[in-house]
Amino acid sequence: MSGDMNVTLKVWRQKNNNDRGRFETYPVQGVSPDMSFLEMFDVLNERLITEGKEPVAFDHDCREGICGMCSMFINGRPHGPLQGVTTCQLHMRSFKNNDTIVVEPWRAKAFPVVKDLAVNRSAFDRIMSSGGFISVNTGNAQDANSTPIGKDNADMAFAAATCIGCGACVAACKNASAMLFVSAKVSQFALLPQGQPERKQRVLNMVAQMDAEGFGSCTNTGACEAECPKGISISNIARMNRDFIGTQLSIQKG
Amino acid sequence: MNWFTKMFSSSIGQKLIVALTGLFLCTFLVVHAIGNLALFKSDNGMSFNLYTVFMTTNPLIKTVSYLLYASIIFHAFKGLHLVYKNRQARPVQYGMVNGKANSHWTSRSMGVLGTIMLVFIVVHMSNFWYEYKFGYIPYVQYTENMTTGEVSGMPYVDEMGNAKQINKKMEEYVIGDNKITIVKDLYEEVSEEFKNPLLVGLYVFAMFAVAFHLFHGFKSGFQTLGLNHPRYNQAIQFIGTWVFAIILPALFAAMPLYFFLVK
Amino acid sequence: MTSSKLDAKIPDGTLEQKWTKYRSTVPLVNPANKRSLEVIIVGSGLAGASAAASLAELGYKVKVFCFQDSPRRAHSIAAQGGINAAKNYQNDGDSTYRLFYDTIKGGDYRAREGNVYRLAEVSANIIDQCVAQGVPFAREYGGMLDNRSFGGTQVKRTFYAAGQTGQQLLLGAYSALQRQIGLGQVEMFTRHEMLDIVNIDGKCRGIIARDLVSGNLERHFGHAVLLCSGGYGNVFYLSTNAMGSNVTAAWKAHKKGAFFGNPCFTQIHPTCIPVSGDHQSKLTLMSESLRNDGRIWVPKRKEDAADIRSGKLNPNDLKEDDRDYFLERRYPAFGNLVPRDVASRAAKERCDAGFGVNQTGEAVYLDFAFNTKYKYGKKEATKKGIQNPTEAQLKELGQAVVKEQYGNLFDMYQQITGVNPYENPMMIYPAVHYTMGGLWVDYNLMTTVPGLYALGEANFSDHGANRLGASALMQGLADGYFVIPYTVGNYLSKEISVKPIDTNHEAFVTAENETKSRLEKLMNIKGTKSVDYFHKRLGKIMWNECGMARSTAGLTKAISDIQALRAEFWNDVRVPGDINEFNPELEKAGRVADFLELGELMCKDALDRNESCGGHFREEYQTEEGEALRDDQNYNYVAAWEQLTNGDWELHKEVLNYENIKIAQRSYK
Repeated sequence: MSGDMNVTLKVWRQKNNNDRGRFETYPVQGVSPDMSFLEMFDVLNERLITEGKEPVAFDHDCREGICGMCSMFINGRPHGPLQGVTTCQLHMRSFKNNDTIVVEPWRAKAFPVVKDLAVNRSAFDRIMSSGGFISVNTGNAQDANSTPIGKDNADMAFAAATCIGCGACVAACKNASAMLFVSAKVSQFALLPQGQPERKQRVLNMVAQMDAEGFGSCTNTGACEAECPKGISISNIARMNRDFIGTQLSIQKG
Repeated sequence: MNWFTKMFSSSIGQKLIVALTGLFLCTFLVVHAIGNLALFKSDNGMSFNLYTVFMTTNPLIKTVSYLLYASIIFHAFKGLHLVYKNRQARPVQYGMVNGKANSHWTSRSMGVLGTIMLVFIVVHMSNFWYEYKFGYIPYVQYTENMTTGEVSGMPYVDEMGNAKQINKKMEEYVIGDNKITIVKDLYEEVSEEFKNPLLVGLYVFAMFAVAFHLFHGFKSGFQTLGLNHPRYNQAIQFIGTWVFAIILPALFAAMPLYFFLVK
Repeated sequence: MTSSKLDAKIPDGTLEQKWTKYRSTVPLVNPANKRSLEVIIVGSGLAGASAAASLAELGYKVKVFCFQDSPRRAHSIAAQGGINAAKNYQNDGDSTYRLFYDTIKGGDYRAREGNVYRLAEVSANIIDQCVAQGVPFAREYGGMLDNRSFGGTQVKRTFYAAGQTGQQLLLGAYSALQRQIGLGQVEMFTRHEMLDIVNIDGKCRGIIARDLVSGNLERHFGHAVLLCSGGYGNVFYLSTNAMGSNVTAAWKAHKKGAFFGNPCFTQIHPTCIPVSGDHQSKLTLMSESLRNDGRIWVPKRKEDAADIRSGKLNPNDLKEDDRDYFLERRYPAFGNLVPRDVASRAAKERCDAGFGVNQTGEAVYLDFAFNTKYKYGKKEATKKGIQNPTEAQLKELGQAVVKEQYGNLFDMYQQITGVNPYENPMMIYPAVHYTMGGLWVDYNLMTTVPGLYALGEANFSDHGANRLGASALMQGLADGYFVIPYTVGNYLSKEISVKPIDTNHEAFVTAENETKSRLEKLMNIKGTKSVDYFHKRLGKIMWNECGMARSTAGLTKAISDIQALRAEFWNDVRVPGDINEFNPELEKAGRVADFLELGELMCKDALDRNESCGGHFREEYQTEEGEALRDDQNYNYVAAWEQLTNGDWELHKEVLNYENIKIAQRSYK
């Protein structure tokens, strides 16, 4: 044991998508403030395994805040109490000794639970397949510097492109809306000259797929922006609205 | 589906309906509040009653008012429909939600606030609009001295003191120095109604709902229309807060309180 | 002598002509035939996603497998600093040849000339392709692409997107892949793990994969199989790799006939956040780009180091004269920008000598204070017309610039350590980061099993004994976008008459049964220790004996320790849950079982290589100044290991011929 903090976890356990699921309570002792939240779960799981119980399943991979795989809803907030960090970058020093911590999976119709805290986010991939790309086959490209791009637009496109696709926006939104995720991709390409040829069709297709996946609609609460670990701005949602409405009113075919 | 229905059945399109109707209703509130300022004028309600006639007879205003009714219905229907649909997007609710950490409570309560407003609008319209159009409102006769500008009002009654009626909303004629105006006395109706403390309470309560609804709703409408720009966001926020969430609801709330407490 | 079993198939001609000539003469597959040819790709990182998209665009039927919940999660996403390309946009003397030369030299002369030259050649196309895909690289105010410099080079050729270059490049490849999925050209299998390859008549014809959600085993046929499954740094348990990064795909291929090249060549990255405790599950890299502006130092006196460790002395208070900027001292020409292996060893040398600065004594400082004030602060003050700025002003002005350049890295550092790096020097220590070794491949990227290819970090080909910063992204994308679309055609053009093989073929059935019984075996041990317990122990052995410094005694001991640990694992591991469900512990168990075999081979390879080169440092072979001492006479070869049926290995050598580069002692002084 490497620390002297004790916490009580109330964790959502659900065997699979057909199971109803319930909360279970686990005390965890010997937590170090330098542990990440997931390392604290490692400690719990290690104990559960030696006790002959089933460890808690959760998604995680890079543990440095960039792959977007980790996805815990902690004490009523996606990725926990801090802003601008993913679950894996949340450390136990953000909690107090003897805290009770409630941990749930992302909850949305479009994100069915796989097991315990792991959910299926392939809806995001399908939205990407519907238009989240620039149709340029390998080998078609012209010289990279032949089209100058103003730094402001390049920086804004980059800011939108930093989305890690974790789904915290959906988890935070009271409507389980995916507008922030979709608008970040729409915006990235809308801000770049390379994205212009498909701009109109892209926004129509991506919004249509988003709707088909069963996400809710946006009521501009701003919760997504506040909880986004990468600080993606809801001005992207406005840009997508603008593009969508403008396209609907002006597109020639589609 | 043609493109038009397709557009308005998409999630963004449906929000667009809510935003457009909502912002239109905001402009109505401004007109309504300014017009109703006539209630505070000490001329025995003449300005207010004349304003009422104008609002119910002017063809342009009448056209706009039909648009207004439609907007209220669309806004309320679409809004509630979206609340329902959005709930379906999360079939299993969280065990613990800390909403205040990431959003303002008004933005999460638009359905409730809107429903309170809808109830209020029904009460409000049946009290005044329905009474004025279909119910019984006595007439009042104003005599204005055209040289001194003095105005006096008295019930439009016959010698026996029974209320008399004309078969239109207003009649004007001149006798000597005096201009006589006979109109439906909605002002009297208003002052009577606002002696009821329950109704006054409902009105004031509803104005809080209006304030909070518009605190989020006004700026939200712009966001839905895609009008988000660092240069103008502050102005939108400022107007939404001061004009629509503070000044207008305060003015509206002052009206019943004025009759209840002062008159 | 090169083994008769190894034919690198380097095309004839001069270095400059090889690839051009190859491309113009390679046999082609006509579009109609491509539609009936199936390619399986394992892994969806830079190499896998770019290969999948490119092959699907050509018309092949592609199946892609990844163990994560989305192809976008592959660990390429975590690469921070940048991607090299010989564009010479900075007009500072860069060229294809110079990138080629730097890469060979950086790899300590243990890479193949032909492959590396091709890599340098296509590097420029990668940038073009990515920009066309909408990858938002950093730009200058004029709208042109910006470059930064990286270790081991003297030109600015690294393209970047803040500290998230890997993410942006991967999302570019991922979006190209998703496009092909949407078009039906690629069938995507997420949460699937490849657990075996299937060979029929001496050719690779498919894989066995496990659906990680249902636990079902599946058989998939492919005319060719591409392994793009990344590196095996997690054999050390603690590394900068993702938790799921594993060797399993490559290892299964190795067991079915693919030779493993240079397994002991691992890269220890100098700038990682030091270990804080036993609970630690992974290490976090701080981009090499930080060495552009951060100066690495330890105290000159041991007493000061001791005082810092005990908290009596604040490093900010230590006078300039009392600091030892050891990289600048030892390597004046490259200073803090020496290659990774050199920087890592120098840090270890200081810490071993007792100059380490954190509680464990295993950390050195990476200090931005000087350049914040005097490089950026002064520049900003001049720009703003502030005359005679105070120290505080310089610091404030400089910090704004540092924040813009490295903000996300500084935030990450603070998040992990709880220390504010704007006010205090960062503490760093080397950590396992990348594996240069991998499946042996020829010029076509084909392994020793016909029809089985390895791309990206999974192969051994381009980085020799040490990889230069910002070259991994370049190699992954080069392999996927620009190499494999040509070279796979070379093989598939001869396969056009092969009809898809029924997956009821006995080879598939046998492979599935073997996989199934191995999984059942793991489940049925029902021992007392968790998988992580064994993984951590393996990691300790590997780090101590096969890490930054290796010796005959240590390696010999490590081999027997690993063998014993492996036996213990198969006796006492406990895998909870069921076989037919989502079971992360079972996934881990399979991977660790493979690491337990790989670890032994790595030690064996390290023991065989009686020289020091690049990331491989044998204590017995060093110069008087402690630099790596190569033995070009005896060890100028790629060690390709063949697994024998008895579980042991046989070494095959591919001798490296340097026709264009004169081999020299690497010097960064």
